[in-house]
Amino acid sequence: MIHARGLVQTFMTGQGKKKTEVHAVDGVDIDVAEGEVVGFLGPNGAGKTTTLRMLTTLLKPTAGTATVAGYDVVTQSQDVRRSIGYVSQAGSTFSSAIAGDEVMDHGMLYGMSRRDAERKGKELFEQLDLPGLWRRMPKNMSGGQKRRLDIAMGLIHEPNLVFLDEPTTGLDPQARANLWEHIAGLRAKQGVTVFLTTHYLDEADHLADRIVIIDKGRIVASDTSDNLKAQVSGDLVDLEVAGDEQIAVARDKLGSIAQGVEVEGRHVRGRVERAGRVVPGLLRDLDSGGVALDSIEVHRPTLDDVFLTLTGRSLRDADAASDAAGAADGESTDELEGATR
Amino acid sequence: MTPLFWRESFIVFRRQIRMNLRNPAWVLIGVLQPVLYLVLFGPLLKPLVAQFDLPTDNPYTFLVPGLLVQLGMFGAFFAGFGLIAEWREGVVEAERVTPASRTALLVGRLMRDLLQLLVQALILIGLGFWMGMRAPFAGVVVGVVLTLCVGGACAAASNALALTTKSEDVMAPLINMIMMPVLLLSGIMLPMTLGPSWLERISDFMPFRWITDAVRDTFVGDLGTSAMAWGVGWAALLFVLALWWGTNVFRKENA
Repeated sequence: MIHARGLVQTFMTGQGKKKTEVHAVDGVDIDVAEGEVVGFLGPNGAGKTTTLRMLTTLLKPTAGTATVAGYDVVTQSQDVRRSIGYVSQAGSTFSSAIAGDEVMDHGMLYGMSRRDAERKGKELFEQLDLPGLWRRMPKNMSGGQKRRLDIAMGLIHEPNLVFLDEPTTGLDPQARANLWEHIAGLRAKQGVTVFLTTHYLDEADHLADRIVIIDKGRIVASDTSDNLKAQVSGDLVDLEVAGDEQIAVARDKLGSIAQGVEVEGRHVRGRVERAGRVVPGLLRDLDSGGVALDSIEVHRPTLDDVFLTLTGRSLRDADAASDAAGAADGESTDELEGATR
Repeated sequence: MTPLFWRESFIVFRRQIRMNLRNPAWVLIGVLQPVLYLVLFGPLLKPLVAQFDLPTDNPYTFLVPGLLVQLGMFGAFFAGFGLIAEWREGVVEAERVTPASRTALLVGRLMRDLLQLLVQALILIGLGFWMGMRAPFAGVVVGVVLTLCVGGACAAASNALALTTKSEDVMAPLINMIMMPVLLLSGIMLPMTLGPSWLERISDFMPFRWITDAVRDTFVGDLGTSAMAWGVGWAALLFVLALWWGTNVFRKENA
């Protein structure tokens, strides 16, 4: 469905003589097969939205090629547009227009007849849990309802491929869970291929068959969630030692079975293969060594660990760092991506 | 200009009109300014107009054409503010991912602006007649067409400016900055011929001055003047240029 090779997007930023060239996307290859749900994961400012905008013909690539739904995004942009749905971060309907009118007009811009647009629109309102909201204005809808309305807009012309840009950002946990069900249903019930960007780990984990990780404009990994996690060696064992004088003993004991042992305060952490098998022995060992514990926690690897392994920083830190860098430049990374809109 | 293009333009136009009709107050607020000029400034012109050395001594036949051009320029210049609001809510982007023609996305909006301008112009002209203006029907029709040309140009420019700046905070002062000299040098309130020759020479470089003079000529029924030729030429040129600019901005990938 999507084949991108060496996509690059550069633009100038800054003012006056201090202009610098920013490589928002720096040589991205992506392949998505029909029927897949792919999560495009990365920190803010990593180039997710910019990549998406190139794949959806909204932004011309500086270099590289991409075919989407069988058409070239530059030379056959009309055909690409006809074949895909796009649900942007910014929304798609005017807050004081009538929801149903917006959906119908949108369908008609795709060349649908008035009657078809109305029939399909009302069908989508049913499917997406928006009954009775056809005549409602988006400004009087909840955040979750508005996002589902945006998805209805993106599906009105029955595309086989849908791009969702940060679909659940800003929603409360309940609305998120509800939206996840609907997104999962797109593929299950309608056979739609879904490409979604997110900077939420749990979202990618929960929804996507395959996760593509982008950092600083480059793809750093592309695999199933389980395979990615398997790359991280082992489970994290986190011991909280009762007394300071026991830390050294605890470190030695954990060190004999674990890798990358580190001490932080009274916490001693290390990674072990198959924690379930070795932890009972470790506990006996610690006990006989006179080490008392306040707590013990075992963590299965998360996507954040994957990101850490691949890039040397955690996803949360990367978010924070890009925000800080943006603040120092006097513009946030959101604006940086916004500059390409 | 295929049937498909007009269908898409009409879809955009109908959507815009629907939203305008939900809030018709704005159409009236737009016409309020020229109406106030007509009612509160017109009477002041009455004793002066005989000294202007014009083909008419009717103050409203003089003032209404100027107010029409003013309406066409400034009413339409504010059209872009609505587009910024739409852009912010993702509407422009949503329209740009459809296969619809980019020109149609602009033309549909211009059709709305022109319809709105036409309604306002008719209100203004009707009120002018009621207050004692005299003008031949054919001349008024030509004058209105010229006004729509100016309005279309300014609305297209305003929409282009809106998508380029994407900020009301930038656009409002920019429009104010353009408005003042245009207003003062176009002879909308008083004829430029009243002033010293240096001021008149400067105003020769102001396209809207020629358009104002042309509309004024149509209202006294004089369609063969040189001001008429200049005015029509400028109006057509501005319209084409603004349409070209607007379409370019809508087409540009990062709008």
